[in-house]
Amino acid sequence: MNRLRWFLWGAVAVASALFALFAYQLSQPKQEFVQSAMVGKPMPAFSLPPASSSRPGLSAADLADGTPRLLNVWGSWCVPCAAEAPQLDALERSGANIVAIAIRDRPENVDRFLEVYGNPFTRIGRDDISEVQLSLGSSGVPETFVIDGTGRITYQHIGDIRPEQVPKILEELRKAGA
Amino acid sequence: MIAELGLVALWLAAALAGLQFLGGWLGARSDNAELAALVRPAAVLQAGLCAFSFACLVYLFVVTDLSVALVANNSHSMKPMIFKIAGAWSNHEGSMLLWVSVMAVAGGLIALVERRLPESTMLATLAAQAFVGLGFYAFMLISSNPFARLLQPPADGNGLNPLLQDVAAAYHPTTLYVGYVGLSVAFSFAVGALLTRQVTPEFARVMRPWVLGAWIFLTVGITAGSYWAYYELGWGGWWFWDPVENASLMPWLAATALLHSASVLAARDALRAWTIMLGVVAFSMSMIGTFLVRSGILTSVHAFAVDPERGSFILILLALYIGGALVVFAMRASTVSEGERFSPMSREGALVVNNVALSAILAIVLLGTLYPLLTEAFGVRVSVGPPYFNPVSAIFFLPMLLVMAVGPLLNWRKDQFARVRLPVIVISVAGIGVLLGAWLLSDMGLLPLLGLALSIAVGVGSFLPMRGRSLRRLPLPVWGMCIAHFGIAVGVFGMAADSAFQQERLVAVAVGGETSVGPWRARLNAVEPIAGPNWTAMQADMEVSHDGGAWRTANPQQRNFWQPPQETSEVALITRWNGQLYVAVGTETEDGRWQLRLWWKPFVTWIWYGGLLIALGGALALVGRVSVDLRRRSAARQIAARKAEVTA
Amino acid sequence: MRALLLFLAALLAAPLAAQDGMPPAPYAYRQLDDPAQEAQAAELMATLRCLKCQSQSIADSDAPMAGDMRHQVRTRIAAGEEPEAIRAWLIERYGDYVSYTPRMTAATWPLFAIPLVLVVFGGIIIAKRMRRRT
Repeated sequence: MNRLRWFLWGAVAVASALFALFAYQLSQPKQEFVQSAMVGKPMPAFSLPPASSSRPGLSAADLADGTPRLLNVWGSWCVPCAAEAPQLDALERSGANIVAIAIRDRPENVDRFLEVYGNPFTRIGRDDISEVQLSLGSSGVPETFVIDGTGRITYQHIGDIRPEQVPKILEELRKAGA
Repeated sequence: MIAELGLVALWLAAALAGLQFLGGWLGARSDNAELAALVRPAAVLQAGLCAFSFACLVYLFVVTDLSVALVANNSHSMKPMIFKIAGAWSNHEGSMLLWVSVMAVAGGLIALVERRLPESTMLATLAAQAFVGLGFYAFMLISSNPFARLLQPPADGNGLNPLLQDVAAAYHPTTLYVGYVGLSVAFSFAVGALLTRQVTPEFARVMRPWVLGAWIFLTVGITAGSYWAYYELGWGGWWFWDPVENASLMPWLAATALLHSASVLAARDALRAWTIMLGVVAFSMSMIGTFLVRSGILTSVHAFAVDPERGSFILILLALYIGGALVVFAMRASTVSEGERFSPMSREGALVVNNVALSAILAIVLLGTLYPLLTEAFGVRVSVGPPYFNPVSAIFFLPMLLVMAVGPLLNWRKDQFARVRLPVIVISVAGIGVLLGAWLLSDMGLLPLLGLALSIAVGVGSFLPMRGRSLRRLPLPVWGMCIAHFGIAVGVFGMAADSAFQQERLVAVAVGGETSVGPWRARLNAVEPIAGPNWTAMQADMEVSHDGGAWRTANPQQRNFWQPPQETSEVALITRWNGQLYVAVGTETEDGRWQLRLWWKPFVTWIWYGGLLIALGGALALVGRVSVDLRRRSAARQIAARKAEVTA
Repeated sequence: MRALLLFLAALLAAPLAAQDGMPPAPYAYRQLDDPAQEAQAAELMATLRCLKCQSQSIADSDAPMAGDMRHQVRTRIAAGEEPEAIRAWLIERYGDYVSYTPRMTAATWPLFAIPLVLVVFGGIIIAKRMRRRT
């Protein structure tokens, strides 16, 4: 009898802990995005052909030449990418060196997008089957990475960049040695 | 007008639930006869009002009354009628109304029909049922009103998610809810029996048919849901251990264990604590399940109505009801003192193994489902899926199958191995024979291999209890047990065969071309556009032939709905006794060929036939028990009438 | 009439194809020639999670990224990589979230310990029943 009672009060305790977990998780904002696990690790080796007639392609060597950069993963078919174009311009004007990888994009669509929204990129690589995107641990577009001079990924920003987030990205770029 | 009527009916039902609760509580405690007399009528009236309210909602959907917010958000004037109706419960508010309606109707039915228990226990039970109902009424009326009006009715509705526009939307949610929520009766009975210290065999006999009824519906609901996902989602999967799927499985596991435990309590006055615990756990799992699915804290393909605020409300109800029931149990633990003893080699012993195994599987499913939630609280994201659930649940499921093959043959209280030696040998020979044969002749994985062998063992063993008995005089409950256990064997056989022997072909075929999968050949004759009531599609005109036999047509479609805009894949299914050919068409490649996906799935339909057999077995057992009870009542009435005659 | 239907079908398909205009990766919808390798790949793909879906494996999803992941799995298996190495490669990029097979780590040991506890616990309950004499 005693054993049953102990077991039941134990069940009450377990149930209470469970409900506490539920309550806690209810209070947390839902985590929509999958963070890259490559932050802090070196860029994987890759070499991409140009996505646009206006800029050269992109390779890992271009990212390890001593200059910290922003790497923007985007696609002309992605609506939030258009929304963040002004912020990317602002970053470029503040001195950031931005390179890009265009995911699953035709060159003519890339060119048209850049015509309409401006071109803050120094290089644009073409990734037709998301191969480099996968190797970066990026799970969607748009995403922006901070790469330091040695080619190490130091920060990841998921989603389009809002105006109020520009200072933070500049800060991360500074920390990477810009 | 109708919407307002529905809302008023709901409020009245809630008020009656309050009356039922107070009357039952005070009536049971203080033997107040006047209050007690109100309780049963209140329960029945509540049931009627709730059912009326639900009927009002269905009516609003039938006429597509766009001034009601729920209809505007979930329906469309051009939807086929059956989906308009099913749309009533294919959303959060409507399904919650279904929930409280099933609770009310279940409570009303036991109030109307059940006379075998002491009145104080019935009052306590109905009070508990009303207490739980009140929380959900409050939830509905405060935060999920299905009858809310829109100030500006839109020109037309948003439409129903195309994945839900299928005939299964008519019967999957409804049967599932009748099952799921019907288990509230077991919960209330358990609490009522605890409060009035009546955990007796009579109590178990009373509770059993109600649990059986709910369990039958739950079995059908889960089987229907699995088949629906199989043909609707376009990939041939029938169970993914998705959180919403698990939310329906956990009550089923508890209810299955409860059924067996209640039988032991009814027949032998043993396993009292198990029976009460399972009665509480079953509906608790239903409530936890509805919380997980509606609060948005878990990611799922099926998740609907994601709203943390509503989630908080349900969480409070969970803490109140589940915590409350467990506390009542702990305080009345002495009521469930140990029952009759039995030897391990007995039917009770086998059923203890059954209870332990089912409870363990339930615990594992709960653990795996909630684990990502736990790690997320510490910032780590993990995924727990079929590669975990399949082997870990098999650790308990496979031994359980073994015991299930032999258990029904054992006597109550104490049995000897010598008595069942022959059946055990027959079963073992069958099982081991299949095991060796399959192992030597194929390269099946371990799990499907064991599943296959055990399904044969259980299949053979399930009819052995009939051995030596006259089939015409066999009680229906025994038929029910044999058929239900046979259904498990059939289902497991289907699962093992499909997982081990299925063959897949992904290929891009030009019009006029051919391909093959397993013993089938398939020809793509044309791909043409075709239109339906609220969709257009590209339909593949195909012919398939099994093993060089006659050519049959197969017309898979890639369908585009417009309100809301969504693409679905409508597969073509060719069914034979030994499996199904599953054909899906994809998109056109750049060079004009069409993506085809073909699967040959041996014995896959046996999975769902097995589920239906299990439900059929339950139905036979239910009919058997209810008819026995009715006969006993009429006999008691005749005896009482004759006594009255004699003494008069 | 047929032309109208075709036009309608194409029209409606357009917004849905706004994902991107590119064809799927070569091995997204194409099986490997070697059936044994394809079986290995299929088994692995069923246990990897689609990152853009609510909860589906990459084997069960039409999302372009899922197709790209399938392409990676198939090409790597064809090149001779071990399935577990491919899984580890993906976990290195996305964390344990991408794999439906939980690894034994500091964060997941209870997932494996608790079933063991249940086996022991269940065994004790049954054994205690055995020892009681009728």
